[in-house]
Amino acid sequence: MMFEDGPLIPRNRALHPIPYDPDYKTTVARSPHLPLLSMDSSTSEETGPRFGHGQIGALDNNLILNWTRGAAPAVGERIVMHGRVLDERGRGIPHTLIEIWQANAGGRYRHKKDGYLAPLDPNFGGAGRTLTDAEGRYQFLTIRPGAYPWPNRGNDWRPMHIHVSVFGHSFGQRLITQMYFEGDPLIPLCPIAATIKDRASLDQLVAPLDMAASKPLDYLSYKFDIVLRGRRQSMFENKPEGM
Amino acid sequence: MVQSLQMLPETASQTAGPYVHIGLMPSYTGNGQIFDQEIGQSPIADGAEGEIVEITGSVYDGTGWAMRDALIESWQPDAQGRFAGEDGADPHVSGFCRFAADAESGEFTLRTVKPGAVRLRDGRQQAPHISLWIVARGINIGLQTRIYFEDEQNSTDPLLARIEQRPRVDTLIAKKTGPGRYRFDIRLQGPGETVFLDI
Repeated sequence: MMFEDGPLIPRNRALHPIPYDPDYKTTVARSPHLPLLSMDSSTSEETGPRFGHGQIGALDNNLILNWTRGAAPAVGERIVMHGRVLDERGRGIPHTLIEIWQANAGGRYRHKKDGYLAPLDPNFGGAGRTLTDAEGRYQFLTIRPGAYPWPNRGNDWRPMHIHVSVFGHSFGQRLITQMYFEGDPLIPLCPIAATIKDRASLDQLVAPLDMAASKPLDYLSYKFDIVLRGRRQSMFENKPEGM
Repeated sequence: MVQSLQMLPETASQTAGPYVHIGLMPSYTGNGQIFDQEIGQSPIADGAEGEIVEITGSVYDGTGWAMRDALIESWQPDAQGRFAGEDGADPHVSGFCRFAADAESGEFTLRTVKPGAVRLRDGRQQAPHISLWIVARGINIGLQTRIYFEDEQNSTDPLLARIEQRPRVDTLIAKKTGPGRYRFDIRLQGPGETVFLDI
């Protein structure tokens, strides 16, 4: 019998964005220049916070209604974002917290630092959260966020995207990423998306239109699976050197 | 051709961006009405055993500017070195906290219980520490680091022992500034750059 309760599988950082990328100007002064210290994980990284259903409200994964507590729906193209949270071995991660946040249909965030011309939607907050089920599945009902310009190079625009935060079961699995939408012509122009140099890795952030999961006369659907670090098998982990 | 490993590649990180508070700390940006209960507001509840400590600091960019938009998560065991969920763990210690740099001053404060020491798989004792994960606009993948404490036995800690340039060890050690008070600054780049972890 094999137990995958060994250390976390080391990150393949070639799949991740490079920390220093002058085309995304803010990284220039915010990226460490010295090498990271690599070590096997310890209990500090292999354990992590767990959250219960008692902490999650019934409308928390419904961004169309959660800001007004069900009183009035948000403006925009209705979509369901759904998928699974898996580990690198392909197994669903049950009962883990996913949080999302996004701009409204006009490309404006409900944040004191966002002063874009597009107006706030009085019925849209732009945040949601949910726990995965026993198989690692999750879903959100929301509106498709708008693209928006941002101060970087002369004329940079963010593609439509939803920010996604995932815990897994250990603090070393912690991940924040962004989901993009199939067919968005702004993806190849975006210097933030382009911090990921591995093409296949960027493709994994682009959610396909999922007609089978859409509901006629109601919403379209996009599928977004998220893969977190797995763990090594521990069979030989605790043996003395040379055994 | 060879057999397939049937492994999935880890999903790539992307920056948390400037509006991360909307999603993770809605009340920070005045959106507290959206959820009944915000998570990670404190790592301890009233009645937590052990020494209560307050750790204050800033996250500095490579120009020496204290970032106003950094968001940090911390994870730690209770005063006996037991993580939430483990047998006998202090029910008043969740061990998880979210805190943000102040929008005016750039300072953060973490109020928690001083963690106990935890051993590695091979039995070696680690010095007491709190794990941190830092995200912000311009940080493309969350930065891992640890807070150790000036007044603990750090000289035999296996992670600190791995740091080749000995003066850099100090970047992971919170300095005592008073009873139960510590200072821990994080420098993303340049002189005194914090040791970040790949762990």
